Formats: sequence, structure tokens, C-alpha cells
Amino acid sequence: MTKSLCRLFCGVAVLGLLFAGRPATAEDTIKIGYVDPFSGPFASGGDEFLKIFKVLFDRQNAKGGALGKKFELVPFDDKLQPAEALIALKNITDQNIPFIMQCTGSNVGAALIDGVSKHNARNPDNRVLYLNCGALATELTNEKCDFWQFRFAGNVEMRAAARIKSLPKDVTKVYLLNQDYLFGQSIQHDTKKWLEKLRPDIQIVGDELMPFGKVQDFSSYVTKIKASGAQSVLTGNYNRDLNLLIKAAVDAGLDVRFDTYLAHLIGGPTAIGAAGENRLTSVYEYSGNVPVDLKVADAEKFGTDWRSSHETDFSTLNFMTMLDMLAKAIDKAGSTDALKVALALEDMHTKDMVGQENIMRKEDHQLLMPYYVGVFSKDVKYDSEHTGFGWKTVMTASAAELTLPTVCKMKRPAS
Amino acid sequence: MEIVLISLLNGLVYGMLLFMLASGLTLIFSMMGVLNFAHASIYMIGAYLAFTVSQVLGFFPALIIAPILCGLLGAAIEIYGLRRVHHNGHIAELLFTFGLVFIIQRGVQMTWGMLPMAYRVPAILDFPLFTVYGANFPAYRGFMLLISAGMLLATWLLLKKTRIGLIIQAALTHPQMASSLGHNVPMVFTIVFAGGCLLAGLAGVIGGNYQTTEPGMAEAMGPIVFVVVVFGGLGSLAGCFIASIVMGVIQTFAVVIDYSFIDFLKPLGISVTADNLLTEILTVPVARIGALLPFAMMILILLFRPRGLLGTRDT
Amino acid sequence: MNGAFGKSWLWIAAVAFALLLPWCFYDFHTARHSGFMLSMLSQMGMMIILALSYNMLLGQAGLFSLCHATFFGIGGYATVHFLNAAGDGDLPLPMEIIPLLGGFSGLGLAIIFGYMATKQRATAFAMITLGIGELMATAALMFHHFFGGEGGVSTNRMIDHSLFGLTYASGVQVYYLILAWTLIATLAMFFLTKTPLGRMANATRDNFERAQFMGYDPRVVRFLQFSLSGLFAGIGGALYAITYEIVTFDALAGPLSANALLMAYIGGTTVFGGPVLGAVLITLLQSGVSLMSNSWLVYVGVLFISMVIFAPSGIAGLIMGHKPILRAGKLGQLVVPYIRVLVPGLLLVLGFVGLVELTSFLTIGAAQGKTLVLGGNKIDVHATMPWLVSAIALFGGGAWLRIEARHFRRVWDGLMADLKSADGKAERVLA
Repeated sequence: MTKSLCRLFCGVAVLGLLFAGRPATAEDTIKIGYVDPFSGPFASGGDEFLKIFKVLFDRQNAKGGALGKKFELVPFDDKLQPAEALIALKNITDQNIPFIMQCTGSNVGAALIDGVSKHNARNPDNRVLYLNCGALATELTNEKCDFWQFRFAGNVEMRAAARIKSLPKDVTKVYLLNQDYLFGQSIQHDTKKWLEKLRPDIQIVGDELMPFGKVQDFSSYVTKIKASGAQSVLTGNYNRDLNLLIKAAVDAGLDVRFDTYLAHLIGGPTAIGAAGENRLTSVYEYSGNVPVDLKVADAEKFGTDWRSSHETDFSTLNFMTMLDMLAKAIDKAGSTDALKVALALEDMHTKDMVGQENIMRKEDHQLLMPYYVGVFSKDVKYDSEHTGFGWKTVMTASAAELTLPTVCKMKRPAS
Repeated sequence: MEIVLISLLNGLVYGMLLFMLASGLTLIFSMMGVLNFAHASIYMIGAYLAFTVSQVLGFFPALIIAPILCGLLGAAIEIYGLRRVHHNGHIAELLFTFGLVFIIQRGVQMTWGMLPMAYRVPAILDFPLFTVYGANFPAYRGFMLLISAGMLLATWLLLKKTRIGLIIQAALTHPQMASSLGHNVPMVFTIVFAGGCLLAGLAGVIGGNYQTTEPGMAEAMGPIVFVVVVFGGLGSLAGCFIASIVMGVIQTFAVVIDYSFIDFLKPLGISVTADNLLTEILTVPVARIGALLPFAMMILILLFRPRGLLGTRDT
Repeated sequence: MNGAFGKSWLWIAAVAFALLLPWCFYDFHTARHSGFMLSMLSQMGMMIILALSYNMLLGQAGLFSLCHATFFGIGGYATVHFLNAAGDGDLPLPMEIIPLLGGFSGLGLAIIFGYMATKQRATAFAMITLGIGELMATAALMFHHFFGGEGGVSTNRMIDHSLFGLTYASGVQVYYLILAWTLIATLAMFFLTKTPLGRMANATRDNFERAQFMGYDPRVVRFLQFSLSGLFAGIGGALYAITYEIVTFDALAGPLSANALLMAYIGGTTVFGGPVLGAVLITLLQSGVSLMSNSWLVYVGVLFISMVIFAPSGIAGLIMGHKPILRAGKLGQLVVPYIRVLVPGLLLVLGFVGLVELTSFLTIGAAQGKTLVLGGNKIDVHATMPWLVSAIALFGGGAWLRIEARHFRRVWDGLMADLKSADGKAERVLA
């Protein structure tokens, strides 16, 4: 028994050495630790983003990377669990990787902001920068903002502003349906705030929260929506909670618009299909048809290249902008030191692939970027996920229009 | 009024789908004492298989082929897995099915990918059957009702009118006695497990396009099916049926109720102004917690009647 | 006597090893401990408490609970609030005592839920706990005042109040705190098994009616056992809060409850120390193997299934099976048969892993732009060679293992029979 136990402990030790004992040699690449779920029920998100980053990193490296070095992506599986993400953070700092990137889940995002901030305060010689590319809760760059976090995705409030601006004039009655957790609740809150501000003529005929991912049959919600006489359903639901809702509505013959926030997410167009024609709208960072409207040939070519090798759409232009800005900041700072890069990123202005202005605001480290609102339509050059339908842009909100006030009171490091 | 009628209809459809899943689980659970955690995973496999088969042969052949494949898979799981674990006790069997969940989940992801499948209602059934108060009742839901009612009838006939059905019934309530009388109980176990998986597969075929076919669908359906089985009671298909319908209708109805606890207190002159955890709980409308009601109801019934609604023996 | 001494010697060795372990991962160039290893070891500590406290229910009282993470999580949430209060100066308690407060929170909740759940047993008990777990996990997402919603509640463990003047800024200090509490909790749980309560819990597990006839109310026994296991789970949760300084709903959600069950079962529920082995192994799989393969869940699943089929008494049970042979001094006779089983076994495992990884890379990994690298060589997943090699390793290894396993079985049975007849002889001599 003693022997076996010893053997076990030796095993632990050997395994540990395998992971931790990598010598810190001179780096010939700039590593970015990437934390997202790659296993379990939420793996589809991380899997898709990995595919996108593969293309984007190749593109960035073809352009020469930064400081003459190439970027390298080092993925870590967090299983969408904050504890696992924090363990990955330790792993990243052990390997002296200067950047940690994460795109899925505000629960993990909140944990990382906190973890990175404390790590940098306690280990000034081994600082790390958190690149948030998709934890969207508004508070992460407001109440919970932090110097070491840079968010390269529009927060919920920016999306809400674009969403309400795009509502057509003849819509006067809306129904709010959102998921009952932080994200859905903050969409509910910000939607109401912006309805009041921009469209006081609109009457909210229903305002509802539904349990996240637990509802199997949406027909009663549809009945309720019908009884309320709403013209449009404003919803932050996504994936299953959105697909089932639209399916149930079409089945019941409910004739309303679906003004959503996230219908364009991977898999959404496939699951919804023809049911969404001309009445489903979404707020997105990019779609294949944006460069067609703006007549940017390079960007359109990037899109056709993408389509030739992928089943899904490229809609996360902000990821590309993030890498562009990061490379620029590293070059400007002359090193990958977290503090120097952070200072170089602040107030950086850049043009994205279709020539729109993007600004990294210094006050809260929120990227100010344009958003597009589009309708799911047959009348497009490039369709989504080979469904025959694609996103036809009906409104563009520029970064300047989406520059919203922040309550962030950032503690800045002394040096 | 119209809301009541429409909710009732939709609750019925959902309840029947639940029943199709839960009936198989009840049979397995009652006879073998195994809470089959992988039951919803079989449901998912049924939906995926149906999608693949319907791509090649069309929906109606898939309606027959996919459940049969699921039944065969179930038989294989029983013969090569569960039977070997049986003598190690119920917790071992339960853990066995638990391990299967992980494997099936990743297996489905590796075979079909991570994204939802474009598994749609066949065109021939894609029209409104009738209209109640201006709301359509789609033909496919009628078809689902038809299939599940037919399945109910077939199961009932099988159990009541055939020899194997009588043995299964005997083994349901008195497994030891049936074995002592010289019946091949392991064989009956295999048949029941395969049959249960076949029903789960069938539910997957008609549920996969009623809902969405994606790797998360097993997780979404799993817990609620357990609740139905336990609520209905062990060894009772009738209890399972009632529980399914009750759970289906309750979930669809709860959405319509906008009252919260505080509304019941208002007539007593109590109102809340503070903002803390207690008031947060008191002001939650029923509609927000509708999907949780089944769990609360299950806890309640187990506290007062541990054998469930119509259970014939203690769980 | 000798046996008891041998056992305590083992425990002392394990503790000494745990004390030294962080220094195996010390980097002298940067004068830093490996943060990843410290986190993983800390995680092991709290998981050991979780698994042991779960085994108070499953192994010792025969209660199959599906909501154990609820008490772990509530201990964590409470601790975050206590730490925040302590940081604000409202709670004048040293850091070292705070885990106990987390434990009391777990105890409080376990008393409430235990009162409801322990009225029933077997499946009814399991399902009540399933319901409680689901309700609590959803409530944690819905209500913001205590649980903080999806973002959870964060805190700072540097409250500047310690019995030993420690700041707990570095991971290694936290590790030793966790080690100390893991030891305290483990010892407490161990001595609980020696008390009348622990003995009665075993009795209600083995024979419910007879325990009743002895004049004990088994419900009270179960209730006490359930509440106390909540206390220890709460301590585990408190350590979680201190390590990560944030608690989100994941700390009380279903997956963690399932993990508790798996750790206890894999480690072995019949031996007190079994869950410790399970906790160590599962944490290694979850935090270690998942770094290397996204298919780690498949391996976990297969490991469980093979444990359930071939070793239902867990790892500890397997080890304990060797005890009589060890006592007879015949362990040496097993070395050769073990090697003979190990070789085809390894081949089988390699073949299986190879096939899973090849499939996974073919369908998922390729699109992510990853290439399968083995020993520095890139492997083309479209070539037939790797597939063929893996398949041959899998099936050849499997067939070979069957033969060797039969041989091993014969040796084992022979040894056992020898021991029995030797025992018999000894008895006859004594008579």
C-alpha cells in the first residue's frame, strides 16, 4: 500500500514537472494565453473562436507580427468555470506569457479581472494583461473596471443603444423577453433605459424574464406575446432559448418582428432558417455583407476566402481589430511588458478592416467600435451558414455614436 | 380564456413528449432499480440519427429506423455493460450510466460537430392544422400527439395482452418472484432496456425538430425526465402518464401567471419597500420560476408521499 | 497494533510529502513557486475535504446525495461575505479561523435541508437532494443580493489579520493554510467514524430495521450525519473562496456535486482514505489532462465505466485487496504477473487514446488549425498508418490482455487459496 501511494505521489510529481517545469528560455514568439471552454456542453463557442483565431493569427503574422516576432496562441480549457480559468491564469503567469485572452462568459470575465488585478499587485515582476474579447456585461467596464483589463467588444449598453436606434418608426408596442441571469437582466435594464431615452413613444406591453436554458416549450410565451398585441419582441436570448422561441412563434402563426441582440451567433441562422425571413434582426460587429455595402474590396476578398474554407460566418471583426491594436501597441511600447503595452493601448485610434474608426477609451478601457443592425433576408450577396438567407444591414451606428458615459473609477498603477 | 385553452393544448403536446421519454425510464427504473442517467443522451442520439437518416431517406423512414437503432444500442449497453455491473449494486449501475453520458456527449460532438443541425419538420406536415382564437395549431404538433398516443396504446396492449408483457408486469412489481418462477429475468431486462431506449429514440426523432438538435439537448431534457418518473411513482405507467401531463401543463401555465408571493400578502396590508434578499425572493413572479416548479413539486410530494403519485412500492 | 502503527506511519509520510511538495516546484531563477502547481495542489486540498465529507454520506451512511456542492458553495459564498466584512474591519477575526465560519454556514443550511431530505432514504432521498441542488443553483443565478448573479461575489483575502502574522499574498501561504485545514477536517472526519454516531451511521446503512430495533432512531442518525457532512463541505467551500477570492454559482452547481460523487466512488467508499485518492486523481485529470486533450471527458467517462465494471470498490479497494498477500510476504510473486498484464494494458490504452485523438483531430481539431504532435513529430491524421497502428494496438492489446488477465487471475486465485489453506492449518495447530 505504501509503495502504491508513493508511486502515485511520484506520478503527481512527474506530471507536475511536465506542466510546470518548462524552462523559461528566450521567447522567439509573442505568446497569448487563450482561455475558453473547449470541452463539455459549451465547447461549441470556444471551438468556433479557435477556428477564427487560427485565420486571424496567420493573417497578423503574415503582416509581420510585432517587434519582428510572430504571435502564438496557447489555448487553455476553462470549461466555463471561473476556478478553472484562474488555474489557467496561474499556468499562464508561470510560463511568463504576458497576455491572457478570454471571450466567453461574464462569470469567467469577472473572475479574471479580479484575479489578474490581484496577481499584478502581488507580483509586480510578472504582470499580465487581460484582453477581454467577449465577456459583455456592462459592469465589467463600469463598476468592476480595472486597469489591467481591455475590453475589445461592445458592452451590453452599446448594443442596446444601437438596437433601439434601429427600431423603425412604425413600431410602437414592444415585448421584452430575456434570460434570467446577469446578461439577460442587464439587457433588460439597458433596453428599457434606451427606450425611455430615444423612443418615449414606444409602449412596453410586456417585460419578462425566463429561466436560462430551462424552458422546453415556448408556446405559452408566444400566446402571451400575441395577447399583448406587441409588434416586436425585443430579446437578448441566444442559442437554444432564441431558436425555440422563434420556432414556437412561427408554429403558432405569430406575426411579429424579432428584434434580437444575438441571433447572428454561430448556429443561430442554421437553427432558425426560413422562419426568420424579413422579421428577424440582430446587432452585430460585422457580417459578410458589410464590405459589399461599404465597397471595400480587400475586406470582401477576406470574406470570400473565409467562406471557401468554413461552414460558418466570420462576424467577429473586433477580434481582428484587437490583434491589430495589440501589435501596434507592442511595437510602440517596444516590449511585451504588460504595463508598457497597456499604456500604449490607451487612447489608441485605429481603422478596422472596412475603414471604420475604433478607439480604445482611456477612462474605462472599453473599445468604442461601430455596430451594425441587419435583417435576415434573401436579398443579400453573401448568405449565412449556407441557409440562403443573410444579414442585410439596415443601420450603422458608428463608434462616435456609441460613445456612452462610464462610471468607471480606475485605480492606475503608480509607475 | 383563450390563453387557458391554448396553454392546455401546448402543455398536452409537451407532456406527451415527456411521457414518451419518461415511460421508458419508468420501465427501466422500476424493473432494474437503475436511474438511467444516459436516457436523455439516447434521446439526443435518436434526434441526430433521425437527422442523418432523413437526409438520405426522408423523414418517415427515419421515424422507424432511428428508434430501432437506438433500441439496438440500448440492448448492447445492457448486455455488454449494465449486466456486468449489476452484481455491484445500484450505485455502480448508476455510475455506469453516468460515465456513458460523458462518452456519448463527446462522441456526438466528434461525429456531428458542435453546432445545431438543420433538422426541420417535413414539408408535408408543415402547415397549420386549425386555428384557436387566431393562434395556429401546427399540424406537426398534432402528429406528435398522434405518435405518442399510438405509442401509449401500443405499450398498453403489449403489457396487457401479450405473454412477455405479463412477465414484464410481474417483474415490475415482484422481480424476485418472477425470477423464482423460472422466467429468464436477464432477458426481460434486456428487452425492457432496449424498449426504453427505443422509446427515447422515438421521442428524439419527433422531439429533435420540435426543439433543436444540438449537443446540449440531452442536458436540457435530463433532469425534468427524472422528476416526472419520481413524481409519478415507481412501477406505475399510469402515474408516469399523469405526472408527464401535469408537469407539461404546469410548465406552460406557470408562464401565464404574473403574480408573486407579495401579491398574496397585499390584501393583508403587507407591502415591501426594502431591497434585500428576502424582498427579492418575495417579489419574483411565478412566471419567472415556472421551469423550477417541477423540482419544487417533486420535493413536496416526496416529503409526504415517498412512493410518488401512484407508486406501488417505496422507491 | 502493528497494523495501526503502519497506517499512521503512512499518514505521517503523506503529510510530510504534502508539506514538501511545493518546494519541488520552486524555480530558483525567479525565486517563485509554480503558481499552477500550487493552485492545483490547493484545489486538491479542498476537493479532498469535499470528497471525504461526501463519503460521510455515501460510504458511511449509505445516503446517495446529489446536492453536496450546495453546502460547499454556501460555505464559499458565506466566506466571501465574511472576508469582505473582515476587510472592512467589521469582523475582528484572524484569517485562520474564517474557514470555520464557512463550515458553520454549510452546517446551518445542511440542518435545514437535512431536516427535509433525511426523512426519506434511498431513491426518494436522492431525488429530493437533486431537486434541492437544482433549486439552489438556479436561485444563485437569479438573486443578486447574496449570490451576486453570474459574476459572483469577489473578495480580497489580504485582510491583514492573522494569528501568525501572515499576509496570504502568495500562493504558498494559502497552500499551507489549506493543508492545515485539510488535515484538521480529515482528522475530525476520521475520529467521527470512531464515535457512536459514526458506528450507528454504518449500522443504518447496513441494516436499517435492526438499527431501529436497537433503540436508535435512524432518522436522527442520518440527520446528524448529513448536517455534519454539510459542516465539512462548508469548510471546503471556505477554502475555495480563500484560494480563488471569488465565488460564482459554479461552486454550488450540479457538476461539482457530480464530481464529489465521482471522486468518492473512484477512490473507494469502503476505505476511509479512499476519497482522498479519488480527489487527487480527478483533479489531476481535470486540471492536468485537460491541458493536453480536449477529449478528456471521454477518458473520464471510460475510466469511470471501467472502474465500475472491474473495480467497484475503487482504487483504495484494489490496494486493500493486496493486504493479505502482503501480510503473507508473497507480494513478490505478483510482480511478474503484474508486468505481464501491464504491457498489453498499456498497449490497449495507447491504442484507445490514439483512436480518440485521431478522430477528434480529424473532425474538430483540424478546423481549429491544430496539428497532432507526438514526440516532436507531426502526425498526419489523414494517413492510414497512424489509424492502423492505433487500431492494432487497441484490438491486439485487448486480445493479449484477455489472455494475460486470465493468467493473472489464476496466479491470484492460487495465492488466495494458499493463504486460506495456510490460515486453516494455523487454526488447526492452535486448536
